[in-house]
Amino acid sequence: MHEMALCQSMVELINDQQRELGFDHVTRVIVEVGALGHVDPHALEFAFEVGAKGSVAENATLEIRETPGKGWCMACSETVSIARRGEPCPSCDSYQLIVEQGEELKLKELEVA
Amino acid sequence: MCSVCGCSEGETRIETLTDHKSPHAHGHEAGSGIGHAEAHTHAPTEPQLTVLRNDPAERAQLVSVEQDILSKNNQIAGHNRRHFAAHSVLALNLVSSPGAGKTTLLVDTLERMQDHTPVAVIEGDQETSADADRIRATGAPALQVNTGKGCHLDAEMIEQAFAALHIHDGVLFIENVGNLVCPAGFDLGEAHKVVIASVTEGEDKPLKYPNMFAASSLMLVSKVDLLPHLNFDVDALINNARKVNPSIGVLKVSSTTGEGMDAWLGWIAAARQMAAAAG
Repeated sequence: MHEMALCQSMVELINDQQRELGFDHVTRVIVEVGALGHVDPHALEFAFEVGAKGSVAENATLEIRETPGKGWCMACSETVSIARRGEPCPSCDSYQLIVEQGEELKLKELEVA
Repeated sequence: MCSVCGCSEGETRIETLTDHKSPHAHGHEAGSGIGHAEAHTHAPTEPQLTVLRNDPAERAQLVSVEQDILSKNNQIAGHNRRHFAAHSVLALNLVSSPGAGKTTLLVDTLERMQDHTPVAVIEGDQETSADADRIRATGAPALQVNTGKGCHLDAEMIEQAFAALHIHDGVLFIENVGNLVCPAGFDLGEAHKVVIASVTEGEDKPLKYPNMFAASSLMLVSKVDLLPHLNFDVDALINNARKVNPSIGVLKVSSTTGEGMDAWLGWIAAARQMAAAAG
């Protein structure tokens, strides 16, 4: 359940923004989560509800934008989509894949008031 | 204390070395000239405010942040990495499920290495100093980090623990909390993650916990002395690990019989040479 730790980290980044910009509170938090990363979006939602309590982001809506996985297939010599780690190239069934996209974990935007 | 972990202030405990004098201590001052402040600065993104709606009743504005959620941890990890390089220390982050035999393997490794190589250990567990005590019994300096409710070590814990462990030109082993999920996402500044999978676990561990195996440079298959008594397919385990990480190295080891231990020590020696060449 490291999503709790990640939410703590998000709240710190939000506090940094608040100190710099002086807004009153946050109404929406937009994060990007890669499909191949180590974060479970449902766990993140749950953790955010708890982790944001008492902060300027309390009651803010968490919007998770999932970035699909992509990788370079060494056999096909092209970029292919990867639904999950441990699954082969959808065109040639090779596992010789180098992940290029899908590990993102980013605080993208805040809607503030 | 913990910049990224969900555990609250004061729950993380890092031992001091007062009661456990290191045989390698050399009076090195804390704060070795490497600026710690740099690890705590924020990413230089210019905040931007965009007016979303002009209706004065709801003056919602959009702030573009674009920061990695783990950026603070990663900055401290970067600082640790430079600190390790400045000390010519190879840092290895050992990860596994609970009970895979990390501590036993580590004790055996230390006993084989410490005559010719300076070694030190940071032990991560939720509670107790039992593992650090086992390590110290070998004569190697060890510090226990108790993460309290936290499920992984983070870079700041390692920064603090390393400042108390005086090691030069050697190998720092970081034994992470026994957990194949959470430690995968937290860079500690190590040169390599080494995942230990024992033959008493399932062959499908790499597929069940792919991020850890994807993040590791080497998989140690432990307890191979038990293979004659088990219905375990080592090749299936290795194939599964390579499905999630085609370039992962594999060594089969047993601390009971000593099988594979020379190869493991050889791997560490090669990693030290690579790090020295890169640094």
